[in-house]
Amino acid sequence: MKVKETAKIIESKNLAQGVYSLKIKTTAAKDAIPGQFINIFSKDGSKLLPRPISICEIDKEASTLRVVFRVVGAGTNEFSKLVSGDEVEVMGPLGNGFPLEGEKSIVVGGGIGVPPMLELAKQLPGSVTAVMGYRNDDMFLTEEFTDVAAELIIATDDGSVGVHGTVVDAMNENNLQADVIYACGPKPMLRGVAAYAKEHGIKCYVSMEERMACGVGACLGCVCKSTEVDDHSHVHNKRVCKDGPVFLATEVEL
Amino acid sequence: MNTKVTIAGVEFQNPIMEASGTFGSGMEYSEFVDLNQLGAVVTKGVANVPWPGNPTPRIAEVSSGMLNAIGLQNPGVEVFCERDLKFLEQFVDTKVLVNVCGHSAEEYIEVVDRLSSESRVDMLEINISCPNVKEGGIAFGQDPKAVEEITRLVKAHAKQPIVMKLSPNVTDIKVMAKAAEAGGADAISLINTLTGMKIDVERQSFVLANKTGGMSGPAVHPIAVRMVYECANAVRIPIIGMGGIGTWEDAVEMMLAGATAVSVGTANFFNPTATVDILAGVKDYMIRKNIEDINSIIGVVK
Repeated sequence: MKVKETAKIIESKNLAQGVYSLKIKTTAAKDAIPGQFINIFSKDGSKLLPRPISICEIDKEASTLRVVFRVVGAGTNEFSKLVSGDEVEVMGPLGNGFPLEGEKSIVVGGGIGVPPMLELAKQLPGSVTAVMGYRNDDMFLTEEFTDVAAELIIATDDGSVGVHGTVVDAMNENNLQADVIYACGPKPMLRGVAAYAKEHGIKCYVSMEERMACGVGACLGCVCKSTEVDDHSHVHNKRVCKDGPVFLATEVEL
Repeated sequence: MNTKVTIAGVEFQNPIMEASGTFGSGMEYSEFVDLNQLGAVVTKGVANVPWPGNPTPRIAEVSSGMLNAIGLQNPGVEVFCERDLKFLEQFVDTKVLVNVCGHSAEEYIEVVDRLSSESRVDMLEINISCPNVKEGGIAFGQDPKAVEEITRLVKAHAKQPIVMKLSPNVTDIKVMAKAAEAGGADAISLINTLTGMKIDVERQSFVLANKTGGMSGPAVHPIAVRMVYECANAVRIPIIGMGGIGTWEDAVEMMLAGATAVSVGTANFFNPTATVDILAGVKDYMIRKNIEDINSIIGVVK
C-alpha cells in the first residue's frame, strides 16, 4: 500500500532569491526515479491541496529526496520556512518519470524546471550536455550540473551569464546534437525545445505542468491535450500526474 | 456493534462511501485503501459516450476548500463496463454505486439501460446537479418539474435502485428533494458542489478556464449539514449525505442530521485514507457512546 507519511527535513537551504532546497528523509526515496514528483502538504488546514514538487536528487542509501522549489504562494512560502528537524507530510513518488535512454543526451531546464534535470543528468547512461536557463546571474544548482554533466551551457534572459537569451538560443548557438533531449520548464520553452528537436530529428521528452488536486490520476484535474486518444477516458486528455508528467513531445500539444 | 445500513433494500457493511468524481472508479486509490472496507465505491460520472470535459486549469484552491471544473470527463459507458466494473468485481464486500450523467433525458436513459444487465452495479446515482456542464447536469436539478420528470423517466428504465443527486445551487433544496421523491426516487444524495469563482488579482483574470467551478471541501460542510437536515425532515426516502466531510465528527454530524450514509469527497485529496480513517473514528465513537447500532443515530437531532 502507498501512504502519505510524515517525513523529516534533514537540510534546508536558500539557493537563490525565492528558490529553496529541502532534503527530506522519506520512504518515497526507495522507488523514486528522475522526473517524478512528490506531493507536499501544508500544515495549515485551510490549504487543502498538496503542492506537487519535482524531485531534484535521490539518495536511496540515505533514503532521502532533495526538492528545489520556487516560492509562488502561501503554501511554498510555508515550506521555505522548514528547517532541519522539522516534520512535513509527503506522498510519493508520483508520476511516471523520465526514461533513461540515449548515448548522447541534452537535458534542458528553464527556471524552476531546472531541478528535476539534475537527478536525470546523474542517472543518464551516456554523455550529457546540460542547458540551463535563468532570469539573471541569481542562479542555482550550476555547481551540481558542472559535476555531473560533460558540459554545462547557461542562458540568461538578461545576458549576465552565458548566452544572452533562451535555452533554445543557446542550443542553436552551440548547434547541439544528441540522440535524446529531455526538457522541463515553462510551456513556451518546451515548445521551442520540441521544435529544435523536430528540426534536428532528435527524440524529445518534455515534463508538463498543470494545476493538480489528487496527484494520483483519480480527479482528472490536471489533464493536457494529447495527440492520440488517451487510455483513461478515450478522449485526447492525458493526465499530467499519472500518465505524465513526462511525455514524448510528439505525444502532447504544446 | 452493527455498522450496517440499508438503502432501498441494498445492505451496506458500513455507511462510509466516497463521493463521485473524487475517487475515479477506485483504481487509483486502491493503492492507498482496501476498497473492501468501504460501504460503497461511488464511481465518477459515466455518460453514454466519452466526454472530453473542460479546458484547463480545472482546479483552484480556496480557503478550506477547492473549486473544480472538470466537466465530467469520462470514457463512456462501454469502456466503463469493460474496464472499471470488471476491476470492481474483486471487491465483494463493497457495494457499487454508478454515477450517471447526460446532456439529455435520452442520454441518461441510454446509460441506465446499458447498466441494467451489469450485476456489479448495486445502485445508480443520477447526477442532475453538476455545475460544470452547460446542458443536462444542473439544468435538470434546478427546476422541480424537471427533477420529477427525469426521476420518473430514469426510474422506469432502471433495474437498480436510483439515487437522485441534488444540487445546493437552488433557493429551497427541500422542493427538489420532494420532487425526486414524487418521481419515484429510491433515495437522494446531497450536496453536489456549490458554484463558485476565483479571480487571479495579479493577472486580473479567472483562475479556472471555465470561469466558474464547483466548490467543495470543509468550508461547505455546515451548508451540507443544514441541507441534509432540511431534506431529512421533508422526505421519507433515505439520504446519502456529503459535502466537506473530512473527519469522523463530520460523518457522525451528517448522520445525526438525517443521512443514512455519507460520502467522503475532497478529503481524499488531502488524506488518501480519509474514508477508512473516518470509518475507524465512527466505530470508536460508537464504542465510547455505547451505540450498538449505527442506525440509532440517524436523524436523532430534531
